[in-house]
Amino acid sequence: MSTTTAELLKGAAELFPDEVVTQAHVRHLELPHGAGKFALITLDNGLDHTKPTTFGPQSLANLNAAVDQVEAEAKAGDIVGVGLTGKPFIFAVGADLKGVELLKQHSDALAIGKGGHDVFKRLAGLAVPTFAYYNGAAMGGGVEAGLHCTYRTVSKALPAFSLPEVFLGLVPGWGGCALLPNLIGAEKAVQVIIENSLNQNRQLKGKQVFELGIADALFEGADFLEQSLLWTAKVLNGDVKVERPEVDRGEAWDQAVAKGRFIADGKVHGAAPAAYRALDIIAAAKDGDLQAGFDAEDQALADLIMGGELRAGLYAFNLVQKRGKRPAGAPDKNLARPVSKVGVVGAGLMASQLALLFLRRLEVPVVLTDIDQERVDKGVGYVHAEIDKLLGKGRINQDKANRLKALVTGVLDKAEGFADADFIIEAVFEEIGVKQQVFAEVEAVAPAHAILATNTSSLSVTEMASKLKHPERVVGFHFFNPVAVLPLLEIVRGEQTDDASLATAFGVAKKLKKTAVLVKDAPAFVVNRILTRFMGEVQNVIDEGTPVAVAEKGVEPLGLPMSPLVLLELVGPAIGLHVSETLNRAFPERFKVSPNLKAVVDAGKRGFYVYDSGKPELDPEVQALLQQGDSVLTEEQVRDRVLDAVAQEIGLMLDEGVVAEAQDIDLCLITGAGWPFHLGGITPYLDRAGVSERVTGKRFLEQGVASVPA
Amino acid sequence: MPRTVRDVVFVDGVRTPFGKAGPKGIYHETRADDLVVKSIRELLRRNPNLDPATIDEVAIAATTQIGDQGLTLGRTAGILAGLPQSVPGYSIDRMCAGALTAVTAVAGGVAFGAYDVAVAGGVEHMGRHPMGEGVDPNPRFVSEKLVDESALFMGMTAENLHDRYPSITKQRADEYAVRSQEKAAKAYADGKIQADLVPISVRRTNEEAGETGWGLATADEPMRPGTTLENLAGLKTPFRTHGRVTAGNAAGLNDGATASLIASEDFARENNLPVKMRLVSYAFAGVEPEVMGYGPIPATEKALAKSGLSIDDIGLFEVNEAFAVQVLAFLEHYGIADDDARVNQYGGAIAFGHPLASSGVRLMTQLARQFEEQPEVRYGLTTMCVGFGMGATVIWENPHHKDAGGDK
Repeated sequence: MSTTTAELLKGAAELFPDEVVTQAHVRHLELPHGAGKFALITLDNGLDHTKPTTFGPQSLANLNAAVDQVEAEAKAGDIVGVGLTGKPFIFAVGADLKGVELLKQHSDALAIGKGGHDVFKRLAGLAVPTFAYYNGAAMGGGVEAGLHCTYRTVSKALPAFSLPEVFLGLVPGWGGCALLPNLIGAEKAVQVIIENSLNQNRQLKGKQVFELGIADALFEGADFLEQSLLWTAKVLNGDVKVERPEVDRGEAWDQAVAKGRFIADGKVHGAAPAAYRALDIIAAAKDGDLQAGFDAEDQALADLIMGGELRAGLYAFNLVQKRGKRPAGAPDKNLARPVSKVGVVGAGLMASQLALLFLRRLEVPVVLTDIDQERVDKGVGYVHAEIDKLLGKGRINQDKANRLKALVTGVLDKAEGFADADFIIEAVFEEIGVKQQVFAEVEAVAPAHAILATNTSSLSVTEMASKLKHPERVVGFHFFNPVAVLPLLEIVRGEQTDDASLATAFGVAKKLKKTAVLVKDAPAFVVNRILTRFMGEVQNVIDEGTPVAVAEKGVEPLGLPMSPLVLLELVGPAIGLHVSETLNRAFPERFKVSPNLKAVVDAGKRGFYVYDSGKPELDPEVQALLQQGDSVLTEEQVRDRVLDAVAQEIGLMLDEGVVAEAQDIDLCLITGAGWPFHLGGITPYLDRAGVSERVTGKRFLEQGVASVPA
Repeated sequence: MPRTVRDVVFVDGVRTPFGKAGPKGIYHETRADDLVVKSIRELLRRNPNLDPATIDEVAIAATTQIGDQGLTLGRTAGILAGLPQSVPGYSIDRMCAGALTAVTAVAGGVAFGAYDVAVAGGVEHMGRHPMGEGVDPNPRFVSEKLVDESALFMGMTAENLHDRYPSITKQRADEYAVRSQEKAAKAYADGKIQADLVPISVRRTNEEAGETGWGLATADEPMRPGTTLENLAGLKTPFRTHGRVTAGNAAGLNDGATASLIASEDFARENNLPVKMRLVSYAFAGVEPEVMGYGPIPATEKALAKSGLSIDDIGLFEVNEAFAVQVLAFLEHYGIADDDARVNQYGGAIAFGHPLASSGVRLMTQLARQFEEQPEVRYGLTTMCVGFGMGATVIWENPHHKDAGGDK
């Protein structure tokens, strides 16, 4: 016996008692131009726009009940059409992910997928046309609810429209995979479902939604609903004919799917299933059999919901969205001192990039210093050139450019530059003696309250502060390259750093729009320590005798943004070597200095690969330098070695208290190294793959935190 | 420099449907500035020949200029409506005659040559901004008996006007009110009103007020078609025991906005904009604040005198129906019958509602429609009473009349 939609949803709602419930209000109105009586459904969770409307099981049940009502009215001939819209600024942002996290059974997951389909499908099956009015943010299931309608309008003011499921580890499973390619063609559907999603969840704006053909009409925000209803009246009266371009169901469809696979491979390297499951459904949707597509969506959704990649993805999403915005262990923000002038010691490339960032985000005077006028001029020149680029791209206007340029200055004399600075950051040569010297000079001229921050990547903050009169104001402020792209900022508390200085550092980080993580003053902090251990272990197996290609392939299934040796090339072998030497001094038993790496650096090589064929191939000159042993591992053995090393290092770091929790490690890896959501950073994967228990005897995260609950 | 006074024309006017003020009214959850914005946008949509960048001024009236009616509405509503940033704007207050004053103010600018075309309108959201919100009358008004204490209460001033015209009984006022409802209902049935209404999306979250969610306001909410004398007879007289003024023979408390385009005639013709009415003259006059309903009489006297016309030249009247007694006093003064066919042909504020500072443009929009239908009429006037003892009158010429534009 089949279960009714209402029963299905009732069962699902019982699993999720804390759902923020969306109401589906039905209100009747007279359309303009005498087009007749119309039923408009408003999706509204009763909260303001900062709490966007979502669909949990009870919300779907409410929409189902609203559809019951309008279905009866349509059948009785009481209404000429049905509309669907949202509360101010929000259409609907899709499934309530908190509810997804609670699901433990494949059958429950299947019920959520099917429940959504059953309700949304009805919007396509009424006796009257249905109209979705995308008034504001629309994502995931919100977008899909509209796709089931006969017609759609979109507001020019709509700021964000996406199918973010693949980004999280799902498929658009309430009709998106099947309906969208049938509406706008496979190529554009792949762009929305796969490409945008894997491109850091890129959002569409209202105009693009219209241009892609997802919406049939575009209206300005000021009277969007009025104009949508007027348009509706014209459509119903026959004064407006909606014409959509024919969808190409030929070869273009297959090519689009193939392109989607290429994009997915480039991003996740086959390591996460969501994009591929979505592409399978898009490929199958070519025959226009929507029901078969919906069934496939149900299956894919349930499989993915019960899979570790999605759970890790949701965990990662929450880390970035929540923990990334409220750093664990940060002192009371009321202790923070205002920062109304920033000093930068050094005017090299890193220092200039920092100057630019502080300037743009804080909009306070920024003064650069260096040892000669030429360097100072070059640093200021760099910042001015970057401001001009922003101006050229229209990102800022001339007034803003003038303002920013006037705020950045360079001087030789630190006393002149820093006498009234509140926050001074150094980015000079990575040598403890040099840094101590710089801080001593700065302390002599800077105000007593000024924060002295260091962008060191591997030196001890405590040691750097140790010779100062006021070591309590020294803070580590470790950015990641490229500074403008990677969100992570490791904030290092030295042994004597006081709460006010730390609070000020966190306050500045927030204004810089960086993801700040509090880190203990330990060698190489978090990201560099783990990456160095990771790359070091790959180097070790190569040194011991495993061919480079096998070592690289061994870690490929993780789906990291780039292979270890490509990453080494990006960092620069010399810097990689330097960090490994630093860590070797701290932990000689675990961090070796690879003689082969040293040989490569000494030979002046910028990396292991040459790209003459367009693809990375091992540089024969590097190959000639390598002195390998005779222990040859399989890919799987390599992977085990490397993951064991990473798990061991993380276990030790947590024991040492480098960060508060495993969550901080993951947040650092996601935002500082670009490690993927489907790994959840890394600890969810290590738990899932059994590595954690093998190496440390226990999981990093309790069951259910980034995995299916027990 | 030599200067020529230019002819000023009423190009077009629109308004929102009017709502009932209060928690159950259609606009209870709608901002006042949004009502103005949507009216301006509709005006521009209806007149695609008008390049928005040529608009020289946006004058928007509101009586209570705080909150969503504050912040220099003419400027902010212009920006919100999507007008170019180069278009300036300001706010106006002459209470009930706000929009009328917005029209005459920009008309003065057009005639002088300061503007070619301007937006003039008004808004009053009496639900969000009840009459008297935030007022702080100078105590000297009372201590020095500058005005009677009833002057601030419009209903009391209407009772006072009944005192001045003993022949205007409650019965006559009620009969007038019933006719206003009848005429308004007929005007709706004949489709005379809807064409100038701007549909407004309205949100409702309070279940007690009716169906919740988004709806669409497409008709005036205050209308009470089918009102009978019997219905009105039993109503309370809240301003005076055994008084004559009731909720039935007065305009209610309402929400709504209006907007119009005022231009020099040359500009309108060069840009292929409609010319619906030509401004003849206007005047404002003050009277004792406690009989403010008397105001239209001296204002009309002045406007007629300035134009060289007599009351007999006026073929159509749009008199704001703040109170039936105030219209009846005006008619009695000029010896016009209570049910004269020239007066308020589509009904008036007693039926449609009177969102204070917005109403002036409603009178003009309706007069413009009547001019179009009745080219044999050469002159019409719009007049209204104003709080604190004033009257405001604008006399218009019908451009559809055969002699229009020529000498009288």
